[in-house]
Amino acid sequence: MFQNIGELVLVFWQTLQALPLAWRQRQKVFDQFFEIGNASLLMVCILSFFIGGVIALQTGPLLVERGLASAVGGVVGISVCRELAPVMMSILIAGRIGSAMAAELGSMRVYQEIDALRTMNINPIHYLVLPRVVAIALGLPMLVVFGILVGWLGGAVVSAANYRIDLSFAAFFSALSDVVEPKDVANGVFKSFIFALVIGVVSCHQGLITRGGPRGIGRSVTKAVVNSIVLIVSVDYLLTRILLK
Amino acid sequence: MNAPAPDTNGVSVAVRGLRKSFNRQEVLKGLDFDVKPGEIFVIMGPSGSGKTVLLKHLIGLETPDAGEILIDGQPIQSPEVMSKYRMAMVFQSGALLSSLSVGENVGLYLAEHRLKPPAEINRIVAEKLEVVGLKGNEDKMPSELSGGMKKRVAIARALVIEPQLILYDEPTSELDPLSAVVIAEEILKLKHRIHVTSMVVSHDRDLAFGVADRIAVINEGRLLTVGTPDEVKAKADPLIQKFLHADLKHL
Repeated sequence: MFQNIGELVLVFWQTLQALPLAWRQRQKVFDQFFEIGNASLLMVCILSFFIGGVIALQTGPLLVERGLASAVGGVVGISVCRELAPVMMSILIAGRIGSAMAAELGSMRVYQEIDALRTMNINPIHYLVLPRVVAIALGLPMLVVFGILVGWLGGAVVSAANYRIDLSFAAFFSALSDVVEPKDVANGVFKSFIFALVIGVVSCHQGLITRGGPRGIGRSVTKAVVNSIVLIVSVDYLLTRILLK
Repeated sequence: MNAPAPDTNGVSVAVRGLRKSFNRQEVLKGLDFDVKPGEIFVIMGPSGSGKTVLLKHLIGLETPDAGEILIDGQPIQSPEVMSKYRMAMVFQSGALLSSLSVGENVGLYLAEHRLKPPAEINRIVAEKLEVVGLKGNEDKMPSELSGGMKKRVAIARALVIEPQLILYDEPTSELDPLSAVVIAEEILKLKHRIHVTSMVVSHDRDLAFGVADRIAVINEGRLLTVGTPDEVKAKADPLIQKFLHADLKHL
């Protein structure tokens, strides 16, 4: 385990060191970025809409019963932008994109494509890891912004449609804008940027250390997703402690 | 035996006391041999004898536990050797990048190191594909190629580097006899055209005795013999004789 952690930190450090080369790899960054957005935008919208809706459904009737109908917008707004959108979108992307990264790099490792790169003096960190990490670090925060907006919309629709809440769009967003500050959105986006680095580095590392044929690729994919999710939730706690100060 | 290539620009290779273990199992048990510049040196041996591991050491993909490899007298472990000498490897599977087209695979080295402008890379790619008889296949994907074609593309990719040392890992495995002959001819053509030093790992006896200037036979990580094809054939060692004459006719 300690060897894995050491290797993971090394991959992260080597990727940071390679950052000045990102412009040279812009075409690959763009390809990965397009893949991330194209593959995930619809799912992000659906997930966010229902997350916002569920939060409104869970909290709305309770708040309305206690005469706090105006707080529904604020509760949905804060919970979606600070916590639920960044964490849930990151978990979704870990499953959708992190697994694909680990599978692709794992397959390249097993079928000696990474060895072939090395024999051509092409550094796999520069050629394979850097574009993926940069693309996910740019793409995930953008998806989270989408997620926040659609989550709020989901909360507003449910608040308006549910007879036990019965809050107009205008009232919902007015309450939301009273409570949610730009700083809250920025915190959520910042968190997602850190989570993106976690997903990118963990998934690429798992791909690069794949051993043992198709079964090994499957194992790497599972580890990439599980390790990413565990780290996302752990890092989320630390970031929340820091950002709430 | 083939005549030595004149005016060689190939490198010499010296392997000294090479040892390597994986999970406490010793795979290479102190190998010692020399490869002359410009010659085709074939390493034969049964499956699991350590041939591919040896090849990976020669190109820097593995680090030895003990011993050293010298390229033109300089240890391969020193970083300047890898940048000073041009070495290429043709993998058993071809190891073409499946997400890139044939042309992109062949031109990858030049494109990634920004050694030539794109138009020049395209010209070189076409030229190298023509050398291996695959002209006009630039836009195909590796998945559209047969096993033999993949290996020839891998050779074209190696040629782009203008190597001084080419390592071939089982170049004729999984190929039909006709494709195997084509690959053997490519190996010989390269020796005479660019005077490259070639090291071929194979258990294909026809290939070995057809192309080799010298042959090394290894078994269980130990060197059994090194010599010209005729010298190896004449060895009385029962293990070598058993390996050279094993066939299915008695079944």
